[in-house]
This record gives sequence, C-alpha cells and structure tokens, in this order.
Amino acid sequence: MAPRRLSSGGEVDRDTRLPFRFNGTSYEGFAGDTLASALLANGVDVVASSPIQQRPRGVMTAGIEEPSAFVEITAPTIDVITPATTVELEPGLVAAGRSGIGRLPPNGRPSPRRCEPRNAHVDMLVVGGGIAGLRTAVEAVEAGEDVILVDERSRLGGNPFWSAQESAATERIAKSVARLEESPEAVVLRRATALGLYDDGYVVVHERSLPVERLWHVRARRVVLATGLHERPIPFRDNDRPGVMLASSVVEYLQRFAVLCGQRAVVFTATDSAYAAARALRDAGATVEAIVDVRSDSSAQRGARSDGFNLLSGSTIAGTEGDPSVSAVHVTDGVRRHTFDADLLAVSGGWNPVLQLYRAIGGGLRYDEKSASFAPAGGGPRWLEVQGAAAGEIPSSAPYWFVPDEDLSRHYVDMQRDATVADLIEALGIGFRSAEHVKRYTYIGTAVDQGRTSSVATAEVVNQLLGWDPGAQGPTNSRPPYSPVSFSALAGVATGSLFDPARVTQIHQWHRDHGAVFEDVGQWKRPWYYPHAREDLQAAVKRECLAVRNGAGVMDATTLGKIEVVGPDAPAFLDLMYTNIMSSLRVGSIRYGLMLGLDGMVMDDGVVMRLGEDRFMLTTTTGGAAKVLDHFEEWLQTEWTHLRVYCTSVTEQWTTVAVAGPNARDVVRSLGTDVDLTVEAFPWMTVRAGTVAGVPSRIARVSFSGELAYELNVAGRHGLSLWKAVVEAGRPFDITPYGTETMHVLRAEKGYVIVGQDTDGTVTPHDLGMSWIVSDKKRDFIGRRSLRRPDIRRSERKQLVGLLPHDRDAVVPEGAQIISEDTDALSIPMIGHITSSYRSAILHRSFALALVARGRELYGRTLFASVPGRTFPVTVTEPVFYDPEGARRDG
Amino acid sequence: MLLIPCPWCGPRDEIEFSYGGEAHIAYPAEPDELSDAQWADFLFMRHNPKGDFSERWYHSSGCRRWFNVIRSTVTHEIRAVYRIGEPPPEAGS
Repeated sequence: MAPRRLSSGGEVDRDTRLPFRFNGTSYEGFAGDTLASALLANGVDVVASSPIQQRPRGVMTAGIEEPSAFVEITAPTIDVITPATTVELEPGLVAAGRSGIGRLPPNGRPSPRRCEPRNAHVDMLVVGGGIAGLRTAVEAVEAGEDVILVDERSRLGGNPFWSAQESAATERIAKSVARLEESPEAVVLRRATALGLYDDGYVVVHERSLPVERLWHVRARRVVLATGLHERPIPFRDNDRPGVMLASSVVEYLQRFAVLCGQRAVVFTATDSAYAAARALRDAGATVEAIVDVRSDSSAQRGARSDGFNLLSGSTIAGTEGDPSVSAVHVTDGVRRHTFDADLLAVSGGWNPVLQLYRAIGGGLRYDEKSASFAPAGGGPRWLEVQGAAAGEIPSSAPYWFVPDEDLSRHYVDMQRDATVADLIEALGIGFRSAEHVKRYTYIGTAVDQGRTSSVATAEVVNQLLGWDPGAQGPTNSRPPYSPVSFSALAGVATGSLFDPARVTQIHQWHRDHGAVFEDVGQWKRPWYYPHAREDLQAAVKRECLAVRNGAGVMDATTLGKIEVVGPDAPAFLDLMYTNIMSSLRVGSIRYGLMLGLDGMVMDDGVVMRLGEDRFMLTTTTGGAAKVLDHFEEWLQTEWTHLRVYCTSVTEQWTTVAVAGPNARDVVRSLGTDVDLTVEAFPWMTVRAGTVAGVPSRIARVSFSGELAYELNVAGRHGLSLWKAVVEAGRPFDITPYGTETMHVLRAEKGYVIVGQDTDGTVTPHDLGMSWIVSDKKRDFIGRRSLRRPDIRRSERKQLVGLLPHDRDAVVPEGAQIISEDTDALSIPMIGHITSSYRSAILHRSFALALVARGRELYGRTLFASVPGRTFPVTVTEPVFYDPEGARRDG
Repeated sequence: MLLIPCPWCGPRDEIEFSYGGEAHIAYPAEPDELSDAQWADFLFMRHNPKGDFSERWYHSSGCRRWFNVIRSTVTHEIRAVYRIGEPPPEAGS
C-alpha cells in the first residue's frame, strides 16, 4: 500500500525523523506520531491478526477505544499488549502485532521500567482535558482551589475532531492550558489515565511519563469526569476488514498527523457528525464515493447533496471486499445494490458518553433517545459530577445497531473476541437475556479494550433481537482499571525486600556464616538446620537432635513473640485471657498457658513469667505475636476498659538464646553467671535475673524439648556476643547449633503441640488432651462458655493421638488422611489427618501426631494413613513418645 | 478505599485500619446463665442492614485505638465516628 502522508499539514515535527521497527521491518515516522499514525503513514494496513479466527486487523480508531490494532512493545521499554493508537513514537521503538493475548517477558526478566508512587490531596480532580474539563479546572483554580487535571492523551484539548470544527476552540484551549500551567494551585498531568474511582474521592491515576512512570494516589474533595464521547462502529458484513475506520478517527489522522487514510472513501453513518469527515476527506484531496446514511432524511443530508456529495439515504453497507484491506464496498437500499471501488470506509454509528468510571462507583444511566445512547442519571457518590459531553451533550443519532443480513457470522461486535451478531443470537437462543449474562457467554467486553466499542452495541443488539425498546437494558458494567496497567506501575518501588521485608535477629549473620538453611516463619528468617558438608536435611537434623538429647544444643529463640503486660489489674486480665489461672503465679515463676478464641478454639500458646506483682512477660508463637497483642488490645479497649493494664511488644528488645540438653547447666556455668543454677535454687519453670557472660540477663528454665534447658534473654544488642560466648563456652561439651526442624522433632517426641500446625482453628484444648489446663475454678475466661456448646462436647470429635508407622523407616507425609481400613473402595470415611510427622533419632523410628475421631479410644488399634499411591499401616498411641515421666527436665 | 476519620488522628486511608464487625455487641455479664442458643446468638449472629450500620474499626497501623463508626452500607458514607463507651450520635449529626 502506498504511503499516505500528505506533504504538508498536521501537528507532527517533520524535521525530527524517528526510525522504528514493526514486525521486523524498518520504518520511519515523525516526532508527534503515534505508532498507529506512523504505520498508516507508511501504508501498513494489517497490524495484527484476530485472536481466534486469525483474520487480518488494522487500525480502526485513534485512541484508547481501539478494539483492533494491538501490539507488543519490546524496546525501548516493555509493554506486553497495548493499542498502537496510544503508543507515542519514539526513537528505536520496536513493536510487533499481537492477537489479543499479551505475553509476559521470558524468564521473569525484571521490567526495565522505573515506576514510583505519588500521593496527592486536592480540592478537585478533573478527569479529561477536553474543553469541558479545562473550563471546570480553570474555574476551580480561579475560585482558589487546588486542582489536578489528568488526561490520557499526550495533548490537551480533547478529541480534535470536535475542536477542529470550531475555529476559536484552539485558541481557547491554549489559553486554558496556559492558565492552569502558570498557576501553582494546578497540576496538569498528560499521558495520565484515571484507572478507577473509589470511595471518598480516592482516584488512582497512572501517569506514563518518562523516565519515571508514576502511580498517583489522589484524594479529592470533588471529582469531575469530563471524559467526553467515544464514537461507535456499526456491525455489518466484514466490518473488521482493514480500511474500515471510525469517521472521527479518519479526521484526527488527517488533522494531527497529516495522514490521509484513503484516496477513495465511502462514509457510512447514522449521525450528522460524519458529514464533517466526508468534507475533511474531500478537502484533503480524497474522492468521497458516497455518503451512506441509514436515516431517510436530515438537514445534513440536504446540505451534503447541495455540496455535491453522492448521498444515499436510507441505505446501508452490505459488505466489504479486499485482500486483505478494503478495495470495494457494497451498498444497498434494500432493493438495489451498488458497489464502490474504495480503499476506506469511514463509519459512525453515533456517540457514547465515556462513563465506565462513573458507573463502576455507582452512577446510574438513562437512555437518551435523541442520541440513542446512555447518559448519566445520577445516583453516584456526592463528591462526583460529570461535565461536558459525557454529561449528556451528545450529538443526535439514529438508534441503528447492526445491518440486517441473512448471514450475521461476520458482523463483528467485539473484534478482540471475534464475537459477532450471530454469537449474540446463539446466546439468546440458549435463553440468556441480560447483557451481563450474554457478556459472560460470548466473552464480549472481556478483552483488554474492556468493550469500549462493544458493550453498548451488545446491549442494544440484544434489545433489538428480543423485540425490546432501545435502551430497555443498558451496557454491562466495567470495572477498574479503566485501561491496562503494568504490574511494574502498580508495584512502584515496592519490590523485593521493600515489598515483603524480612525480619532477622541480631544473630542472623552468624547463622549465615555457619551455613544455616533458613525458613520463613511469618516475616522472620529462622535457621531451619545447619548442614555440615554433604549433609542433607535428614542427616543434619539427626545430628542436631542427638546433640540436644545427649549433650547440648543452642538455638536462636529470639523470634518467639514477647509481650509485657503491666498494671495493677494485669493478673485479673491474664486470668481472662488464658484458660488456666495466672494470678496465682508467684513472682519469679513461669506457667505454660493456652489462649482460646471466643469460640473455644485454641488460638495461641506460650509461657507467662511473673516478673513482679504487677508485671508479667509472656511469649507467643513466632507467627502469632501481632495477633495476640491485637487480641489483648481489643478486649482492654472495647470491653474491659476499667482494667488498668498496659501491653507492650518487646519481641525485638530481647535476644533469646536457648541452651538445651543434659549438659546445659555446665554450659551456662562455664559462661560465668552469678545465678545459682542448682535445681534447688533454680527449679524448672522459674525465672531469675542475673549476669551471664558479663551481660545483664533474664534466665528462664523452660524447655520445648523436654531436656534441661535455659533460655538466656539479654538486651537485643548483646545478642550476638552472648551467642558467640555460648558457642565458645559450649565447645568442651560439643554444643551444637540447631534449627527449627530439630526443635519441631524434639517437641513432637514429647507430644508438645505447635499451634497452627497441630491445630487449625477447629481444635479445642479437650481435643488436644489438654483438659488439665482448662481451669474449672475461674468464673470466666475467653472461650469458656463456648466449651460447653453441644458441638464441642460431641464424643466423635477429632482428638490428638500419636501414630507409629509399622514401617519404622516410613515418614508419612503430613496432611495424609487417616482411614480405618485398607481398601480399594472409592469412598471411605476420612476419620482424621496427620498434623506432624518426623523421623526420631533417639527412638530410631518414624512417628507422627494426628487428629483422629474418637482417637483416645483407639490406642493400640491399627489404622491407615493414606496418600495418593500409598497407604501406611499405623498403630495409635498416646501422643508422648519420649520421657513421658518428664525425668530429663532437671538434667 | 475509605477515608476514615480516626477520632484521635483525623482522616486516614482505610489500609491503616482493621475492621472489627458490628459495634455494641456487649460481652455478656454472666455467660454461664445464657442458654446455648443465646450464647450462639451472641457469638455468631450479626445484623446486616441495608443502610446505616454501627461498626467497630481499629487503627491498627496508626494510633492502635478502637473506635466506633456509623457507615452506610449502601453508599459507604461515614455518618459519624465516636469513641468506645460513647453513645452513638444521632445518624447524620
């Protein structure tokens, strides 16, 4: 196809030539071109192929409403799929046609885009920089208001099709823009799309500026939508052929880019505005073969006739021909048929107000008979108004929705979905009536263009096919974002560690230096195990477990949540929060406690230390610390406001080093301490203050392994030096650092549950066999009344049991289902599941914890643990496997 | 995203807050004296009106105070904000 650039005119900078590549071929455009205008100027008709039927598709529009010409950009930036009509030509641009489905860059290559967020608070946000938007913004600035005006295009003034028809408009636009740009109260953002409106005047705006893209989070007291109109196409046979374009877009290409889209044109219209397109084409030197108007008569028609146009009123397009782009247009008045040789078919089915943003926030629509379109009917939020053409100043149009035909299977309604009027008929044949249902059956309006040119058409074609009045039902709703936005822009600078920060302890670098493999626990990085050379997880854990059971181990327990609860009513408060009694705890003593939700289900656990009459420190699970603190605050602030209690998170104020194993006492003694470590002076479940390794310390005799253990708590900043001192002092005792996996195995050998692993929010203390910790002496505690609910007292509830696999080497996968017989039956009741499963080094066998219905009645029975492809016979036991008497805790 | 007027901090974005469900569901003074049905009603049953609704919010990423809000469930407009323990103001005031 021949080049189409006129020798003069347009707003492009002919002195600045921009080379670019499209589908592997080199072209040249001018500064000021879009990719679409540059392709048209170079005579490139076929931009992409359609997504399903692989039909050739070209440029149909000049803006964001483009349903057809989609491209992928690979340089200088990356865009997986975007309409060529919105891509500004820049040097070195590399693009290729895309058939409706974008592709992510390969290998998770990071995006080269630089994106950042901005926040703004203003009196008014104006969406749309056309004449109405500019006027509204200027008025607000002159009234002393802070204003942001955003427009998705690179230039203000709105659709040039309209401003070009008024000679004074250009000057007025320039004056308004200058007024806004000189005033400090106004911010004008070009290439900035309002992606969505949300409650209380919150608007997200994507500004595609360079070199840094911005995502604006704007709070505005008032939001004005001056979003204008989109011209609509008309479905007829082969209406998707390259060379079929919207009439106003043909004018825009002419005026802005000096691109004459065809030499021989046919104009097809249901509205007067397309006559301006016919005149503009003729003025630019093209031949207008005919103006085909579906209406029988209008003043515009009479004017056109007297201007010498070949006007065919009451006529329609019967089809197009061409290979691939338009070479002939068939016209019919229902009786006679003409064929025109033509390379351009400019179409206007009328105009639709752009109200997607307005509707998505709750604005209603009314059918406007004069323009055969949908105008705002109010009902949106109070801070929102619509101005200008979008508010209802819409050119009149005939309600003409598609050209009748025997064969409707090439009357395209949604080009991006290759969906036709025939597809709509099929949807109605199935029984769908609502446009929302029809949309979901045909996928119309679900592509990247969000049905900007197809959603009103779909509703009206359906209305007509059902014999309903025009406007009987309106278009489908469309949700934010208004146009596609990259994940890079949404993420901004919040990537990597700025998106998901990692919490590390004071000892973290030592763990790394010593080869620890880490696991994520909440946001914490915790050492999982410390493999020696060529050790795998299993070998390392076996070594670490035996070290703790037979000698000494050391673990970084800093991440356990720590909360100080202080105040004269702290004892009474803790009695309400825990199932057991905390007020009777003596100063210097420690008690294990279980916390329930109001529904009686286990929520968290930990130990409570009494540091003074009115001062407690308690620990929570690593992942539950924030939740427990919030839980406390909720009850203190909303229910028991009379209690004088203050809660403070101190998790990071303390570094906690746990020394465990039969040699733990010798290790701590070697560290140097003024605390009497004898069992008599410092018994199990007590806490002492003193000095360890020269550092003020709080030492707790608590154990999660069943072995003699000391938890050394020091100020966070002393954590690393204390750890190193422990490792040094423990050298004669072969002290071994151990990670969370070993901790899990050791606690499971003792039958200690982990909340969130052995429980899942449906488990009561009774289910865990921990009725001993539920006080029957207290008048109340959170969850107490729920434990009497009938469902909680059912005898067939799942209960915590131990399981010993018959195959001593088989570690049954956690989550395996428990069944009562080994059968090939397809359906068999699931009576439980495995919650924890390990290999025990000290017991030389595998073992598991499980929740099993009536489990405590089944000790000694054989059940089966089933995973796809394998069934493990297991014997049910009590859930304590090692040292059930607790003989080892004093060393 | 709502703009929630925290009674201590002023208007802040919703992402700073946590939702706390219906307000004015007092913890029963004597849970033991309630029937199972009454306890279940306290525990599980909440109103779901179309219109103004009293609900609790927690400024969890701000001042960490709980407070009450009257919000329209239709328009999401916040009609009133008041502190815990204060009586609900007349709607619209």
